[in-house]
Amino acid sequence: MGVLERIAAVRGTEGYTAVDARDGTPCVRIEASALPAFALMLRDECGFETNTFVTAIDRTEKRPVFDICYQFLSLQHADRVRVLIEVDAADPRVPTIKDLWIGASYSERECFDMFGVAFEGHDPLERLLMPEGYEHHPLRKEFPHHGIEPDRLYREWERTRSAGGKA
Amino acid sequence: MTDAQTYEYTPGVPPDDIDHDDPLHGEMLELHMGPQHPATHGVLRLGIQLDGETIRGCKPDVGYLHRGKEKSCESLGWRKFFPHTDRLDYVQPLLNNCAYAMSLEKLGDIEVPERGQTIRILIMELSRIAAHLIYLGTTAIDLGAVTMFFFTFTEREKIYTLLDAYTGHRMNNTYIRVGGVYADVDASMIAMTREFLAQFPSKIDEFEALLTGNRIWYDRNHGVGALTPEQALAWSLSGPNLRGCGVDWDVRKNNPYCGYESYDFEVPVGTKGDCYDRYLVRIEEMRQSVRLCEQAIDRMRDTKGSDFLTRDRRYVLPPKDKVNDSMEELIHQFKVVTDMSLPKGEAYAPVESSKGELGFFVASDGTSAPLRCHIRAPGLMNVQAIPLLAEGRLLSDMMAIIGSLDFVMGEVDR
Amino acid sequence: MGSLKPVGPAAQDAGFLATKADALVNWGRKNSLWPMPLGLSCCGIELMAMIGPKFDISRFGAEAARFSPRQCDLLIVAGTLTWKMAQAARTIYDQMPDPKWVIAMGVCSSSGGMYDSYAVVQGIDMLMPVDVYVPGCPPRPDAVIDAILKLQKKIERESPIRDLTQGRNEGDESGTGVFDMPPNDAVATSRIGTFLDADSEELA
Repeated sequence: MGVLERIAAVRGTEGYTAVDARDGTPCVRIEASALPAFALMLRDECGFETNTFVTAIDRTEKRPVFDICYQFLSLQHADRVRVLIEVDAADPRVPTIKDLWIGASYSERECFDMFGVAFEGHDPLERLLMPEGYEHHPLRKEFPHHGIEPDRLYREWERTRSAGGKA
Repeated sequence: MTDAQTYEYTPGVPPDDIDHDDPLHGEMLELHMGPQHPATHGVLRLGIQLDGETIRGCKPDVGYLHRGKEKSCESLGWRKFFPHTDRLDYVQPLLNNCAYAMSLEKLGDIEVPERGQTIRILIMELSRIAAHLIYLGTTAIDLGAVTMFFFTFTEREKIYTLLDAYTGHRMNNTYIRVGGVYADVDASMIAMTREFLAQFPSKIDEFEALLTGNRIWYDRNHGVGALTPEQALAWSLSGPNLRGCGVDWDVRKNNPYCGYESYDFEVPVGTKGDCYDRYLVRIEEMRQSVRLCEQAIDRMRDTKGSDFLTRDRRYVLPPKDKVNDSMEELIHQFKVVTDMSLPKGEAYAPVESSKGELGFFVASDGTSAPLRCHIRAPGLMNVQAIPLLAEGRLLSDMMAIIGSLDFVMGEVDR
Repeated sequence: MGSLKPVGPAAQDAGFLATKADALVNWGRKNSLWPMPLGLSCCGIELMAMIGPKFDISRFGAEAARFSPRQCDLLIVAGTLTWKMAQAARTIYDQMPDPKWVIAMGVCSSSGGMYDSYAVVQGIDMLMPVDVYVPGCPPRPDAVIDAILKLQKKIERESPIRDLTQGRNEGDESGTGVFDMPPNDAVATSRIGTFLDADSEELA
């Protein structure tokens, strides 16, 4: 039974739309509020034991939205599913799936770090890759490639460490 | 008496059982391991809470090698990102190249000719052997078996010599292109590879003679860092870390790509999920990789002289001699290098790397500027699992656990 | 590449004994460079290959690759330095006792390499003085051994005993050989503090 059939067998066809993907992976689009129930269904009833990745696509060049992308793998059925959630770029927030798949924890932290997406219920939501105290979200399209004052935290550290340091 | 200090704990044993009046056990030591450390396999920082020698809590801090690769892909373009992919998991550069090229091929519906696929399998399996040799050498030296480092690096030098002859560079070769490989394999390279493969199984036997039955190696690894299959799946582990628990899942068998379905090889699976089982799984994977390489070389004889790169002109550079003479070819070259675009959509092509499932999730909006390139790095999940395995164990087990989880900070941090 | 010619005060300005003592000290120092391998990324693997059996830097006396900066004199920065790691790298450099030398191995540590991005230090010479730059991505181990040999020639030109007995020489290059060296705050290249800031108009 294909992925979409399995999902339809459990919850019918309401509340999600099937989307085509170029690589043939079954892909569904849902609302952010529907995520906790949908994710629980995927894990417990559709057999998706593991989360592959959690990331975001910044589509603000065309429309002011982010697409939060999840991908799950089912070993027992040997297939994958991708879940897309469109959120407002000005205030991107989705519920966390960390309680269902703890392996998504770092992916969510990275998504927060790079895009500023707030994962509700993921506590504490800390940055993963950029240093603590960094104020920007680098993978947003508005952030320049060369960065904004990349040496700021280093200069602060230098100033505090030597009394006669650079101002 | 010490002041009351609050500590932040990751999931682990809460400090309720600490008797603060006990002079020996009344205080937690916060030990920072890294980011510069010989045994963290790169720039990883671990904050470890120690009660004597027992690890009570462990918090990894990554990002010390975050170079902004995903942003670089958006700024540089699809073609120019290939060298960056080498430097992700830098112990197996060509495997990363192949994974990236495959996701672009999925996005663009580009077919790779059979000889190109055979060459890719050959160099991917050689890269896998090289990556497992690094695992073996560095984990063994971290646990004190210094000789293994020299043995495995000698073998790795032989692979370097092969790749140097074939691609022109020892490491970070960037030899894969969209639709195939850059250039064909010639008879001398095949001969050198056969020579290497003929002597390599006996070298694996030497490594096993030093380690597998070794009492010290067994005691330091057996029972350390044990995982159940449910835990491994919940923590998104894959590759030898997952197979060591007994889960028979290998992307080459279950989601085959590049022609792997027609090759004859086995996938080793462990039983207990501890460091010793993961070690055995990787040793056996090296032997199976030798089998795959030999089969790939045999197939090259059948496809000799055929295409190794797709002929789809949208993605492939024209022959260099024509570029120097003809205006159309020059413009074509210019357009492919600066302006190669892929159709609109998203694609993800998973590949079995030596660390687990590696994949590039690429999204394009139809223009030549990439919309998104997310690198699904297995190493990040491996680092995430360090607290799970280390808590409750002794500090010296930390080296065994870090080594056997096997991650490379280049891909963890990207 | 031409040969390195010795520069410095003329032979008659320096005392005979001091010059001979210098030569002895320099000979000892150059043949026992203990590397501090700061293996950050891919160059770290080539550094390991260099310490390995085929290329073997122990032939040059550099076998004792101690991982504590307090016990080393040659810092080999092998790999990309990011701004998050910069504090740690600078601390390691400061913890090394004098005399110390730095080799920037690979293009990432020499100039930022292929990463002109928000997270990468554009060359470790923004933070610390560098003696030898080795281009390559990664450089072959032979190239790094060549760098060590060039560094040895550079060490031969130093004048530790003369500086000790005669006071600090104006022409002294990297400040090595002086026992009361001031902190390295003048060595950063001009780019620190000049990056695009949040209020810059170029962002629009």
